[in-house]
Amino acid sequence: MTTALYRLLFALLLCFQWSSSYAGDAADFSAANSSKQAKLLQAWAAAPDAARLPLLESLQNGRVEADSNKTPFYKTDTGYQAAEGGDLEPVGKLRKLRLNNRLRGLIAITMASHQLFSTDPAVRLLAAQELQKSAKPAQLQLLNERLAQEDDADVSEALSLALASLQLIDSDPQVRLAAVRLLGETGQPLARVRLERLLADSNETDAAVRTAAETSLAQVKRRLMIGELLGQAFSGMSLGSILLLAALGLAITFGLLGVINMAHGEMLMLGAYSTYMVQVMFQRFAPEAIALYPLVALPVAFFVTAAIGMALERTVIRHLYGRPLETLLATWGISLILIQLVRVLFGAQNVEVANPYWLSGGIQVLPNLVLPYNRIVIIAFALFVVVLTWLLLNKTRLGLNVRAVTQNRNMAACCGVPTGRVDMLAFGLGSGIAGLGGVALSQIGNVGPDLGQSYIIDSFLVVVLGGVGQLAGSVTAAFGLGIANKILEPQIGAVLGKILILALIILFIQKRPQGLFALKGRVID
Amino acid sequence: MTMPLNQTLLARTSAKLGPRLSIAVGAVVLALLIALPLLHLTPADSAFHVNAYTLTLVGKILCYAIVALALDLVWGYAGLLSLGHGLFFALGGYAMGMYLMRQSAGDGLPAFMSFLAWKELPWYWVGTDHFIWALCLVVLAPGLLALVFGFFAFRSRIKGVYFSIMTQALTFAGMLLFFRNETGFGGNNGFTDFKRILGFDITAPATRAALFLATVILLVASLLLGWKLARSKFGRVLTALRDAENRLMFCGYDPRGYKLFIWVLSAVLCGLAGALYVPQVGIINPSEMSPTNSIEAAVWVALGGRGTLIGPLLGAGVVNGMKSWFTVAFPEYWLFALGALFILITLYLPHGIIGLLKRGEKQ
Repeated sequence: MTTALYRLLFALLLCFQWSSSYAGDAADFSAANSSKQAKLLQAWAAAPDAARLPLLESLQNGRVEADSNKTPFYKTDTGYQAAEGGDLEPVGKLRKLRLNNRLRGLIAITMASHQLFSTDPAVRLLAAQELQKSAKPAQLQLLNERLAQEDDADVSEALSLALASLQLIDSDPQVRLAAVRLLGETGQPLARVRLERLLADSNETDAAVRTAAETSLAQVKRRLMIGELLGQAFSGMSLGSILLLAALGLAITFGLLGVINMAHGEMLMLGAYSTYMVQVMFQRFAPEAIALYPLVALPVAFFVTAAIGMALERTVIRHLYGRPLETLLATWGISLILIQLVRVLFGAQNVEVANPYWLSGGIQVLPNLVLPYNRIVIIAFALFVVVLTWLLLNKTRLGLNVRAVTQNRNMAACCGVPTGRVDMLAFGLGSGIAGLGGVALSQIGNVGPDLGQSYIIDSFLVVVLGGVGQLAGSVTAAFGLGIANKILEPQIGAVLGKILILALIILFIQKRPQGLFALKGRVID
Repeated sequence: MTMPLNQTLLARTSAKLGPRLSIAVGAVVLALLIALPLLHLTPADSAFHVNAYTLTLVGKILCYAIVALALDLVWGYAGLLSLGHGLFFALGGYAMGMYLMRQSAGDGLPAFMSFLAWKELPWYWVGTDHFIWALCLVVLAPGLLALVFGFFAFRSRIKGVYFSIMTQALTFAGMLLFFRNETGFGGNNGFTDFKRILGFDITAPATRAALFLATVILLVASLLLGWKLARSKFGRVLTALRDAENRLMFCGYDPRGYKLFIWVLSAVLCGLAGALYVPQVGIINPSEMSPTNSIEAAVWVALGGRGTLIGPLLGAGVVNGMKSWFTVAFPEYWLFALGALFILITLYLPHGIIGLLKRGEKQ
């Protein structure tokens, strides 16, 4: 309560001050030359005044123009308005105020220090963050005052950081020491830069401050590294969820038919192109509901790819049962034809699939860690699909049949399971899941005819590593491979990382030839 | 699925055709292949002159035919479908390419290294200016890689589709590695712009003819070796291994050694083919290692007929001939044709062209 009262009082006080110093800022500015303008801005930045906000905003938007008497005017949408108020008409020709880069930078700083007085904490936070990067020593006093007044915890933290950045060049070693310690408390990439500069310039003579700065730097680096690691783990999860969607169907068909479907990657590609088609349809027929198109694309992609998968099973793969290596070649042929078909129909260039608004942007978790919404949604979606597949395989008649045929085809056939139908449906299911994966992929990457090729080898490896017949194997292997890939990538490079992972998989298979989670069976040929 | 034993197939084919006929056909083809480079040496305005383009094209196809033969040894006989033979082919090619680059660079560094501002040769380039060491590398690089990979793969009894996928991943990894500039093999441009081999001008007609003849000799030699192996007890064990590995093991055989031997032999043959391919075609780059190339080799073998040795040679010739024609006449449709070929062969021609001929003989 008391702070609110103080704030009110303070605001009132400022109001009086404003009305007295109201006249002339815009006029001063437009009349001055650029070095004088810079001085003005610096002065204003140190002593903000809410009355200048319209001027600064207009300056930032490039809407300030001066007539031949150097009287400033704001350009509005309808016409011109005198910056100093009143009904002045421009005399002569209006000219836009020229600003150089230095002035633009100063305007941003000045604007930020004015925004520190805003009633909206979000605006104050942004302003404080801007000042962390760019505050000038003259603003020290101002920042101190604002920090004393601030009641929002986030803004307060941001302000103290901005202050600490300035205090690094304070003449008092004690102040510097405190500033260095404060910077050490944060995980900001900026703090690292500041501290490194302090140490590198060797202009820091005080031994205690130097030691503190070194400790702080180590601390900041550790925090940054945690953020980086979490970021890598997250992008690994994201890659893993894509691999999972790609490999899940592959694992089902491989377990059931003993056949690796080389055209499986193309199902991803077709799913992504279905998304593109749905998006185009929405743009043409229902532009107002465009944000919903990914939701509509899901069933469309599922049914398109499932239908193609079932058609392939009936026409080609059915005739090759018991000859897995030949099936490999035949499905490769199918994939070549599908890729070329898409190239002929849609062109060899990538097509554009845009994120709807609810999938763009992200959550800032740490100063150097942003989790994009589209990737979060895709991870959740992949897990959702896994749960759905699990239910389908374990709680339905079809699932029972699929499991029976996977374990022993002949015995299942003897018990009356229509193996042909089960094969077809399972193949459709596997392809459909890949189609869903395609929708997910279209939201985070490029959509082109070669889309499937870049994921297919990795998803084979997931199947090899995870084993067949158990969803848990695919899930563990997909996330494991994804995270391992992303963690190794920055350490030893993407290529060496891939090679290392391949070598590890080969070694792993030495121990467990059937993958992580193998079905136990007693069948031998 | 019962597949007739290939030895008997071969024997029967020759019995039906009559040994004289097949020997006659073989002799005519061989004579043509020997005549081709000699005709290239005739003056350019002669009616019998064979131009450099044709000679290079046929030479390239012959190199591919050796790869097909090598693949047939592992796939047709031992039942191991490798989708990574392009890697061994390219490794042999790169080993030869290193020598050729050193030849054209003289005492300095190869051009791409100077471009990267490297000061000295990486350690694995040591000695590549000697032709003999380059030849050793041609054999050792693919051979050792195949030995290590095969040792681990066969020890844990990886076979069938698993094996195919691992080999595919292997060649994919190799391609990624060679695409990098830091690897020291010219990045995605690879090696090109060769000038001399053993001191001879690489574009001279006589050099081309000699390289072509060397390819023919290698092809005939590998064919004879393949025949010898296939008819020996070793070949019969391999076939048994393909058809029923567990039964073979119960009979007291250890399949690992057999597999490993044929696998390494096949890789070395590929390496040699690659080494002859590079000076004739004049370029080697990482796209030779792309999984697409290796899997295309499988269709040559499948088209010709697996486990027949002669069939894959036919297949390589037919598919590559078609490819050269298609990519000029209808570039858009080549992939459709290739895809259709994959599907039709597996569906309707499980024994390939040779199987078709044999069936024709029966009726």
